[in-house]
Amino acid sequence: MIVDRGRFGGYGGSFVPETLVQPLAELEEAYERLKTDPDFKNIHEELSRTYAGRPTPLYHARSLSKKLGLKMYLKREDLLHGGAHKLNNALGQALTAKMMGKTRLIAETGAGQHGVATAMAGANLGLETMVYMGEVDIRRQEMNVYRMKLMGTEVVPVYTGSRTLKDAINEALRDWTASYEYTHYLLGSIAGPHPYPTMVKDLQSVIGTETRDQILKAEGRLPDSIVACVGGGSNAMGIFSGFFQDEVNLIAVEAGGTGLTCTSKFANHGASLKVGEDGILHGALSKILQDPYGQILESHSLAPGLDYPGVGPELARLVDLGRVRSEVADDEVAMEGFRVLSRLEGIIPALESAHAVGYALQDPESLGDLAIINLSGRGDKDLATVMQREAL
Amino acid sequence: MLITYFCAGDPDPQSVPRMVDLLVRAGADVVELGLPHSDPIADGPAIQAASQRAIEAGMNTDLYFEMISKTETDVPLVFMGYYNMIFRRGVERFAQDCASSGITGLIVPDLPMDEAGPLKEACTRLDLDLIYLVAPNTPPERIESIVEETSGFVYLVARSGVTGARRDLLDETKDLIDRVKTDVPKAVGFGISTPEQAAEVIRSGADAAIVGSACVDLIARGDLVGLERLVGEMKEAIRRKT
Repeated sequence: MIVDRGRFGGYGGSFVPETLVQPLAELEEAYERLKTDPDFKNIHEELSRTYAGRPTPLYHARSLSKKLGLKMYLKREDLLHGGAHKLNNALGQALTAKMMGKTRLIAETGAGQHGVATAMAGANLGLETMVYMGEVDIRRQEMNVYRMKLMGTEVVPVYTGSRTLKDAINEALRDWTASYEYTHYLLGSIAGPHPYPTMVKDLQSVIGTETRDQILKAEGRLPDSIVACVGGGSNAMGIFSGFFQDEVNLIAVEAGGTGLTCTSKFANHGASLKVGEDGILHGALSKILQDPYGQILESHSLAPGLDYPGVGPELARLVDLGRVRSEVADDEVAMEGFRVLSRLEGIIPALESAHAVGYALQDPESLGDLAIINLSGRGDKDLATVMQREAL
Repeated sequence: MLITYFCAGDPDPQSVPRMVDLLVRAGADVVELGLPHSDPIADGPAIQAASQRAIEAGMNTDLYFEMISKTETDVPLVFMGYYNMIFRRGVERFAQDCASSGITGLIVPDLPMDEAGPLKEACTRLDLDLIYLVAPNTPPERIESIVEETSGFVYLVARSGVTGARRDLLDETKDLIDRVKTDVPKAVGFGISTPEQAAEVIRSGADAAIVGSACVDLIARGDLVGLERLVGEMKEAIRRKT
């Protein structure tokens, strides 16, 4: 994919207040310089291996394979420190921030997984850390809030708008316009203004690189399909990036929520790639969920990490080009994925990743003979949500 | 000069002509009318809350232009709002609606010069001013391009951070006024809420002071008498420069 200062076809760009133009330019310059810097690479590689636990295994899920009627592997990002792929990005950015001389990290979080990853990276590298989190999400992700606090992070509740992820990002951007001199904004997905979509993809591409080596070693060939869930799209872009040049079906599964419908203020889903329209959210032009006037809709998903009314601009471009196939799995399908994987493999997936599993269960014929699901996170954080739902 | 901002549609869409009238009578030389957006990333709590109230009250882009068309005034009316609202309507159509409803300029706080190509083109063709912002951290070469490209006036962001009232006027504001060298009028906004600050900005070499959140706060409290008084006092302070 050709990157023209953060442009992906018509998508991407940097639609930000003038105050953020300079900090974003400095971040781009620093990251481009550091990623080839031997010191940075050494520390990053060592932390990834000994602190985060890379490489993560590629696991042949035999019982699931049998049920699906094909050979299915799981890329075990759920085994990464913290329980999700988010730490890949958080460590890389936190190290960049530290080497830029910043003393403070801020981040947004929805499910809390990116917040926890940022808290880990902040604690590990000795940076003051503050995480913005919607008040609604704070209530539904109590454990992650406590984990962040244990690691010394201040969690700031956001009471504006829908009080979820979208508003937490707004608040982090506002903080950054006042604090950029000493603060790095550690954005958690491949969304946002340039250079975030490119930088975060780069830091998550380790998933794709490893998976490619591992599947070639295990099977002597590339898979027919790769399935990943998409909120903003960082785990999907991470694994897909290893296979862009290959004849491999790349399938992005978004949250179908309770149906692909919307009211004047609410979408009952998070399917920006599937049914969103061009617009600007959080500094980038992409597919977004909006009303006819351009007001952003509040999204819905059982999985807080997929509960976002936008998507990374590069993914929007790849779907337009036909290189990535856009699919949805609704709350029920995700719950089925959650139950089946727990039961058959003894792996409790995050509700986000359960969307990818659920999709595979719904439509195994579309996956060919050999497929991989990116199991982006583990499900411990979701137990309260699931227990509450099952009790109904 | 005194430039006043209010969020169009707060407390209700029908109030727009009345609000403009009040602000102009009180002494505003230019009125900025905010088109409320669900996700105003450059704004502080006062304007966020006003935007939410206006949207709840039914404000939308169609009504915005309808109400401005009904507004009779001699002072320039300026659109202020976020780029997605423009993009969604279509840049060309939006600019035409501005021109035909009586708007003379546009301020788009999340549209830096580098992304403004299509809107700039439409504005130039329709003789609308596209007003760019300069921030305290904007490097010198970039300031030069911005003042070259802006039209109407250049909007100096008084301090880092979002909109909202502040008590003190920072040295970085005065420094910024000094650093921006141009014949284009310089208007200073973000954090100006008192007559003393307005006068100080003018004394420091700016051509206009912009007051936003302080007006929005008074409208939120329903204190239109207070609003008229504040605008009057600011205008007077600017005139006397004290």
